[in-house]
Amino acid sequence: MSVSIIFSKLFETFGINCTIFFVTLLFALPLGLIISFGSMSKIKWLQKIVRVFVWIIRGTPLMLQIIVIFYGPGLIWGGNAMPRLSAAIVAFIINYACYFSEIYRGGIQSIPKGQQEAGQVLGMTKAQIFFRVTLLQVIKRIVPPMGNEFMTLIKDTALANVIANKEIIMMSKEFATKGLIWPLFSTALFFLIFCGILSILFRYLEKKLDYFR
Amino acid sequence: MAILEVQNINKSFGNTRVLEDISFSLEEGNALAIIGSSGSGKTTLLRCLNFLETPDKGKIIVKNNVLFDADSASSTSENEIRRKRLHFGMVFQNFNLFPQYTALGNVMLACELLAKERSDYKTNRKKIHNEIEEKAKLLLDQMGLSDRMYNYPHQLSGGQQQRVAIARALAMEPDILCFDEPTSALDPELTGEVLKVIRSLAEKHTTMVIVTHEMSFARDVADQIIFMDGGYIVEQGNAFDVINNPKEERTKQFLARYSEK
Ligand SMILES: Nc1ncnc2c1ncn2[C@@H]1O[C@H](COP(=O)(O)OP(=O)(O)OP(=O)(O)O)[C@@H](O)[C@H]1O
Ligand SMILES: [Mg+2]
Repeated sequence: MSVSIIFSKLFETFGINCTIFFVTLLFALPLGLIISFGSMSKIKWLQKIVRVFVWIIRGTPLMLQIIVIFYGPGLIWGGNAMPRLSAAIVAFIINYACYFSEIYRGGIQSIPKGQQEAGQVLGMTKAQIFFRVTLLQVIKRIVPPMGNEFMTLIKDTALANVIANKEIIMMSKEFATKGLIWPLFSTALFFLIFCGILSILFRYLEKKLDYFR
Repeated sequence: MAILEVQNINKSFGNTRVLEDISFSLEEGNALAIIGSSGSGKTTLLRCLNFLETPDKGKIIVKNNVLFDADSASSTSENEIRRKRLHFGMVFQNFNLFPQYTALGNVMLACELLAKERSDYKTNRKKIHNEIEEKAKLLLDQMGLSDRMYNYPHQLSGGQQQRVAIARALAMEPDILCFDEPTSALDPELTGEVLKVIRSLAEKHTTMVIVTHEMSFARDVADQIIFMDGGYIVEQGNAFDVINNPKEERTKQFLARYSEK
C-alpha cells in the first residue's frame, strides 16, 4: 500500500475525531453553562443534585461512561443499541459539559460582587449587568482553562474506539496488525497539528482580551 | 423642606443588629458626613439608601415621595427598585469601575442603557448618543480627567479611578450622591485630589452623604455630621459643633482617638 493511500485513510478516519470534537463543543458549551447555573442555584436541593451529578461524571473514567451509554440502555430495556458514534458523542457531551460547568462557575464566582452592585446602583437591569458588565470579564478569565480543555478533548476523542468507532488510532492499529507500524506513530502528527492550531487560536483570543484587566 | 428624610431605620443580619432606629433628614444642597468607628453600620446605612439592602423597619422619603416603607408591602419588582435607585448615586470605597470600558465608557454606559427606554430613542438615536457623550466628557473634564478619557481603569491611578467613579455616579443625575469612604483605598498622596473634587461638588451645592474617616475634611465640607456607634446615631448636628464641641462622651472619645493619630 502506498504512503499516500495510508495517509488518506488516516486523514479520513481523523474526520471521526473531528466530528466528535466539534459536535461535543456545540452542545457541551451551552449545556455546561446551564449546569453551572444549577450548581450555583439558590434552590438548595437543585444545587445538591447538580453537584452530586457533576462529581460522579468528573470522578469516573470517560471510557467507562462511553461503554455505559452504549451498552446500558440495551441491557436495561433491551432493543437495539444507539449508533456507535452517537453513543460516544452523547458521553462526550455529558462529560465535557460537567467540566465546562466547573470552569464557568469558577469564572463567574471570581468576579467581585462590587461589579454587580456598581451596575445596580446605576439603575441597570440584571440582564444588562450580566451581558454588559460581567460576561466579558468571565470570558477573559475562562479562556486559558478552556484552551486546556479543548486540547484534552481532541486527544480524548480516541477513547471512542472503545465501542468500535473507527477513528484514527483504531485505523492505524489495523495497519499495525498487518505489519505496518509507522502509521501508528504518524497519528501523532494529526493531533500535534490540531493542537497547534488550537493554541494559536487561543493565544490570539487571549491577546484580543488583553486590553483590560 | 428636606430632600431626604430617613425615619426609624432598623436592620439586622441574622441575630446581629446593625442599624438601630436611624433617623435623620438632609436639606437640598447640603452635605452630610457620617463618622464612626469600624463596624458601626455606616456602610450598611448607605447600602439601605441605595436599595442594596432592605431595612427591616423604617421609611426612606425623597422629595416627599415615600421610596421605602417597611410597613406597607409595596411591590418590589426589579423595574420599580431600579427607578428608585436612580434617586441615589453611590461611590464605593474600591471604585468598582468596569474594567473593560474606558473612563468615558464607564461614565456613559448606564446613561445609554437608560436612554434606550426613552420613547424617542429610535428616531433620535444619534442625537441622544452625542448628548450623552458630551455630558460625560464635560463631567470628566470637571474631574480634571480630560486627558484620561480613553484610558482603561487599569491604566489609571487609584485617585483617577475614584474620580471616574464620581463622574459615573454624577452622570445619572442623582438627587443625593453617597460616598462610602471614598479615599480609604488610596495612598495618602492621592486622597487630596479626590477630596478636592468632593469639596468642589459641595461648593456647587450637590446634595451628598459622605461616610469618611477624614475628620478635618468632614468639618470643613459637611454642613451636618452624624456620629454613629454600634448601630445607633449617638450624636448629630452642625458639623463644626460636633467636631469641635461634642456633647456626648462617646463622641469625645472617638474624636480624641483621631486627634492622637
Ligand atoms: N452582609 C452581612 N452579613 C452579616 N453581617 C454583616 C453584613 N454586612 C455587614 N455586617 C455587619 O454589620 C456591622 C456593620 O457593618 P458596616 O460595614 O455597616 O460597618 P461600617 O461602619 O461601614 O464599618 P467600616 O468603617 O469598617 O467600613 C458589622 O458588624 C458587620 O460585621
Ligand atoms: Mg464601611
